[in-house]
Amino acid sequence: MLILTCPCCGQTGEESEFHGGGEAHLKRFGPGSSDADFEGYMFMRENPKGVHFERWRHAYGCGKWFHAARCTMTLEVFGTYPAQTTEPPKELRDKISKKRPGWSWGAFS
Amino acid sequence: MKRYSAFAIAREAARYHSGWERAWRAPEPKSKYDVIIIGAGGHGLATAYHLGKNFGITNVAILEKGWLGGGNTGRNTTIIRSNYLQDPSAAIYEKSRSLYETMSQDLNYNVMFSPRGVMMLAQTQHEVRGYQRTAHANALQGVTTEFIGPKRVKELCPIIDIDGPRYPVLGALWQARGGTARHDAVAWGYARACSDMGMDVIQKCEVTAIRREGDKVVGVDTSKGPIDCAKLGIVVAGHSGDVANMAGFRLPIESVALQALVSEPIKPCMDVVVMANTVHGYMSQSDKGEMVIGGGTDGYNNYTQRGSFHHIEETVRALIETFPMISRLKMLRQWGGIVDVTGDRSPILSKTPVEGVFINCGWGTGGFKAIPGSGWAMAELMAKGRSPLTDEFSLDRFRAGKFIDESVAAGVAH
Repeated sequence: MLILTCPCCGQTGEESEFHGGGEAHLKRFGPGSSDADFEGYMFMRENPKGVHFERWRHAYGCGKWFHAARCTMTLEVFGTYPAQTTEPPKELRDKISKKRPGWSWGAFS
Repeated sequence: MKRYSAFAIAREAARYHSGWERAWRAPEPKSKYDVIIIGAGGHGLATAYHLGKNFGITNVAILEKGWLGGGNTGRNTTIIRSNYLQDPSAAIYEKSRSLYETMSQDLNYNVMFSPRGVMMLAQTQHEVRGYQRTAHANALQGVTTEFIGPKRVKELCPIIDIDGPRYPVLGALWQARGGTARHDAVAWGYARACSDMGMDVIQKCEVTAIRREGDKVVGVDTSKGPIDCAKLGIVVAGHSGDVANMAGFRLPIESVALQALVSEPIKPCMDVVVMANTVHGYMSQSDKGEMVIGGGTDGYNNYTQRGSFHHIEETVRALIETFPMISRLKMLRQWGGIVDVTGDRSPILSKTPVEGVFINCGWGTGGFKAIPGSGWAMAELMAKGRSPLTDEFSLDRFRAGKFIDESVAAGVAH
C-alpha cells in the first residue's frame, strides 16, 4: 500500500485518500504542433521500471494537486513536492541518486 | 512426441505410469535462430506455434525470464469472449474464440475449454443502451450475442439478486459461446506443441539487451549469453515498455497492476461467467468450486505484481450486492499481474521502427481470451510482413488518430 504525504496540507495518508494523475512534467503540445510532438504528449509515456515522477491529487483531503517521486518496483516514495514546477527539485534528485545510483527518467538523472 | 489419448492412459496404467515423457524439452540456447520470441506466456507461445504450424518456420527460440506461463497467463480470470464493439476487435477476438473451440484437439492437450456462456450485466440505463448497441454491432460482425432481459438473467444465473437496491439488473449482453479455459494448460499445451516442432522453449533466460546493426536487429544478449536472430518478436505484456526501450523505441503504454482473488471451494452454484462492469467486478466458478473474482486496476504505474487491499474490498463489496450469497465466503488467495494499457484500450500488433522487430502488446486487462487469435495474427505479421487481422492495430495509429476505442465497449472488466 502506498503512503503519501501531501506537500500542500502536510497530511499523510494511504493511497485511497489520493487520486493518481499520471506522468508528471509532460511538455504540452497543442494546435500547430507536429503530429509526432502531439503523439508524444498525448500517448507516449516513460512507464519506467524503477524511479518515476507522477502527479497526484489529495482528493479526499485538501483537494490540491502535487508531484510525487516513487519507485514502481517497490512502491517506495522518495518524496513529494508542489505542483507549481516543471522539474523535480535538486535535493530530491540527489536523495534519489543516493538510493538508486545511475537512475534516469526522461531528461532528468 | 507421444500423443495423449485414452489408450495412452490405459497403457501407462498397466506399467505404473513409467512411460510418460517430459511434455517439452529444456534445451540450452543455440547461437542463432531465424526467429526469437521474447516472452513464453500464452501470446508468445501461440505466436511461435502458428509460425511453425501455418508458415513452416520452426527454427525458433522462445525466451522466458521466469517460468513458462508465470506472468499474466497464470494470473488472469480465464474468461473468453468476443463481444467487442469495433470491427477490428471483433475480428481478432472472434478468431481467437473460435480457435479456442478446437484448441484441445489441435494441441492434443486438454485446455478444458468450457463454453458456458458469458453475461455482461447492464445495471444502469446507460449500460442498457451501450450493450444493445454492442449486440447490434455484433450481429453485423457475425458474432453471436443477444441482449437479454432481467428474467432471463435470473434463469441463467439464479444466485443473482436482480432487484439490488442500488444497481438493479436491467438486462445483460449474453454471449452463449463465450466461457472459460484452464489458463496454465493453454501455455503448457502450446509449449509442448512448439517443442515437438523442434522449437526451443528456454526458461530462466532474461533478455538484457537487443543488438542492432543500423536500423536492423541482429540478436539479443541474454543471461545465458548472446543469441543471433533475423527476426525478433517482443511479446512481454506489462514489461513491453522496458524491452522496447532496449530496442530503442517508445511505446504508448502504461503498466498497472490488475488483481484477482478466489474464494474457498463451494458446491456448484453458477454455471455461467458474470461480469458487472458498473460495479467493477466479475465472477465465475472454477471446476474446483472456487469462486474466481476479478476487479479493477490500480490507478498508478506499478510493477509489483500484487495489487492493493482496498481494491479487493471495493470489488467484493460491489459483488455482494449483486450476489448476496457470497457474503459469508472466505477468500482463499489473491494475486496481481502487470497489465500493459494503451490509450484506446486496444492492443498493438505491429512492425516497429527497428527492422525485424515486431511487437505484440497492449492487451491490457483482457489478454487471455485473445491468445490463439493474437498468435495466429502475429505469426502472419512476422512471416509475411502484414496480416489483415493486425492492420488496424499498428503502432502508428496513435499518430494518425485512428483509434480502436474499446474503453467504452469493454469498460475495465475483460
